[in-house]
Amino acid sequence: MPQTSSQAPAGAFVDAAGTLVVGGADILKQSRTLLRFATAGSVDDGKSTLVGRLLHDSKSVLIDQLEAVARTSAERGFGGEAGGLDLALLTDGLRAEREQGITIDVAYRYFSTAERSFILADCPGHVQYTRNMVTGSATADAVVVLIDARKGVLEQTRRHLSVVALLRVPNVIVAVNKIDLVDFSESVYTEILDQLRTVTAELGLEQVHAIPVSALEGDNVVERSTRTPWYTGPTVIELLETLPAIDEIESDNDPFRFPVQLIIRPQGGLVAGLNADEFRDYRGYAGQVASGSIKVGDEVEVTPGNFKTKVVGIDLAGKAIDTAFAPQSVSLRLADEFDLARGAVIGAVGTLPEPTTEIHAELFWLDSRSAVPGTRVLVKAGTQTVQAIISSVIGRRNLDTLAIEGTDELKVNDIGTVVLRLATPVPIGDYNQNRRAGAFLIIQPQDGSTLAAGINTNAQFDEFDI
Amino acid sequence: MSKSNLKSGQKLAEHRLGLLDTLESEAIHIIREVVAEFERPVLLFSGGKDSVVVLHLAAKAFWPGKVPFPVLHVDTGHNFPEVIEFRDRTVEKLGLRLEVASVQDYIDRGVLQERPDGTRNPLQTLPLLEAITNGKFDAVFGGARRDEDKARAKERILSMRDEFGQWDPRNQRPELWNLYNGRHLPGQHVRAFPISNWTELDIWRYIERENIELPPLYLAHEREVYSRDGMWRAVGPVSMPTADEVVETRLVRYRTVGDMSCTGAVESSAVLISDVVLEVAGSTLTERGATRADDRISEAAMEDRKKEGYF
Ligand SMILES: Nc1nc2c(ncn2[C@@H]2O[C@H](COP(=O)(O)OP(=O)(O)O)[C@@H](O)[C@H]2O)c(=O)[nH]1
Ligand SMILES: [Mg+2]
Repeated sequence: MPQTSSQAPAGAFVDAAGTLVVGGADILKQSRTLLRFATAGSVDDGKSTLVGRLLHDSKSVLIDQLEAVARTSAERGFGGEAGGLDLALLTDGLRAEREQGITIDVAYRYFSTAERSFILADCPGHVQYTRNMVTGSATADAVVVLIDARKGVLEQTRRHLSVVALLRVPNVIVAVNKIDLVDFSESVYTEILDQLRTVTAELGLEQVHAIPVSALEGDNVVERSTRTPWYTGPTVIELLETLPAIDEIESDNDPFRFPVQLIIRPQGGLVAGLNADEFRDYRGYAGQVASGSIKVGDEVEVTPGNFKTKVVGIDLAGKAIDTAFAPQSVSLRLADEFDLARGAVIGAVGTLPEPTTEIHAELFWLDSRSAVPGTRVLVKAGTQTVQAIISSVIGRRNLDTLAIEGTDELKVNDIGTVVLRLATPVPIGDYNQNRRAGAFLIIQPQDGSTLAAGINTNAQFDEFDI
Repeated sequence: MSKSNLKSGQKLAEHRLGLLDTLESEAIHIIREVVAEFERPVLLFSGGKDSVVVLHLAAKAFWPGKVPFPVLHVDTGHNFPEVIEFRDRTVEKLGLRLEVASVQDYIDRGVLQERPDGTRNPLQTLPLLEAITNGKFDAVFGGARRDEDKARAKERILSMRDEFGQWDPRNQRPELWNLYNGRHLPGQHVRAFPISNWTELDIWRYIERENIELPPLYLAHEREVYSRDGMWRAVGPVSMPTADEVVETRLVRYRTVGDMSCTGAVESSAVLISDVVLEVAGSTLTERGATRADDRISEAAMEDRKKEGYF
């Protein structure tokens, strides 16, 4: 018989207050916030299985998806006679991925618990696809790094932790996985934590949450395990539900910053029904608040030009609002008319960085064409794109020792430091204070490829100057 | 590393955007970026709920200005008449230019052949690509969501297409932070998906919150239907029942509105958007699994179509 859409999954009901409850959660709760997180770790450490487990145990897998997984698992003899679900199939969506049993590109999945909605980026582990792991982690509020308990910290673990450190991902969870295959041994776990501590100390990762898990069997993922009595910390989902998102950390604590995307001057093309006279001189600076908040009446400054003015109005699609905060997309109206264009930045008075033509940057190099001194590139920072030259290559991270060593070339997958000279001054901020202010792309001018993820740290690079 | 971890005692932001506001803000940011950086954007508009939401977001992004780009509909010739009527009315209300690429035209001219199964979804690719080339569009907004399908789950928000309109899933451009790189060579174009991160439930909750008008098909109504492949199919010129398929009148609604010949309805008593929200929240089947016969054929049906230039 055809499906009736009102059939609810097992465990779903409408409670006395009329709220729909699925998997024990009020999934329509209005106050729900969003957390973006990514998985990382070496090939086969269990990233996709963990993702499948999170989706499965949070009751986010729908029947037809589960049936498809069961069918393919059975065809491949997964779990032997007893049968079992290869949960990795829930995210490995490309034909080549299913055929080769690996993850090539990031898969985004969506699920909710009572506390939060999640956007999950399941990343590839293979070194060849590290650029996709960087893609998945760049927007992440948290990264879950998996380690196979039998193998410990591998080169890819160190590489991914280096990326996490480079991107300043605020929350790092290390899941020591396949704990079922080492008899739930505490000593194996603590030994891995010792290895891990050397790595995180070297990388300057201050706080890392470690958890022993079995992604396959579900221990300490959503359900607390009875087989690791020596572990008393939170489960993976408990951490994900409580860790702060980047905007929670950065929004109010940082000064207001607003890169102008475009200027709205409707003139002829006004929305039907609006009064042409009223909007004849309308000029709205459209953008997304990068950090902090702003109120109508606040004084702001504008660069380029170093003008000071006042915010006289904030529009959110026809609704005038009093306050805007990160990451809201709004239009600002200013008291004075300036000849501002895309690329201008509006900020709290006295807080905008001096526009600079030199950036001391940390990079993740994404392209097979190396970075050498003299390479001509484009730099895209905020809403501005300018010509630039890599004036010197300073150092690269050695993934064995994790030390930064002097070099004059960055190759694909290298994390390194360079000095860039820009053709036009850019008011770039410090990434350590605010990610949206200090992040930039390096772009190949001819074919448009993204060559590197760049981070402005205002560092002086003295330690490893050679 | 000053902020790499939240120090104990550090104050958390008082202001915190909720889920729908976060998604809305992200989408508006993407739409504005594309308009600022491309010469000739266009929005694929079918009258389906996802494209309706993208159009609504575009209208918000440029208020009090009009949406600064035209809309393009690839008309399979198998559309529900209610949807076409809604499409025309919406476009007129917003004062937009509508371009139609007609699959029927291509069939009439003998450029495309009707498939044995009568489905026209796969036939949309050529008219779409030619409309993009002829219109010299360099950015094409679509309403695809990553939760729809496993291949879509892999797609970037700004996704490059080569001269043949092909998607190369093994070689996608990295996409970092909210910095979208849309630079491309002549002949290439970019597909932009502002609602990539929305789920079906988010879409319905947003439609409810913003009071967005949809084609009436999305709400429960009585219709003559028959059962095929585990779906309710509407009786219509391109979806006639066979002799042994029993026609009955049932209360149904559609979760997607596409090609009438392969889009199924679900039984439903949801007469208000808020009823739909509850039904979707409690649904046990994915949107495509429940209503799209063409995506049931193979695990990689969508990936294969996308590689050839499909939406
Ligand atoms: N015994 C056991 N096997 C696991 C566990 N997690 C993953 N695996 C298996 O390890 C293999 C690799 O897992 P997968 O999730 O594809 O790894 P990925 O490459 O990191 O995504 C698969 O055969 C999984 O079934 C676990 O906790 N215990
Ligand atoms: Mg994987």
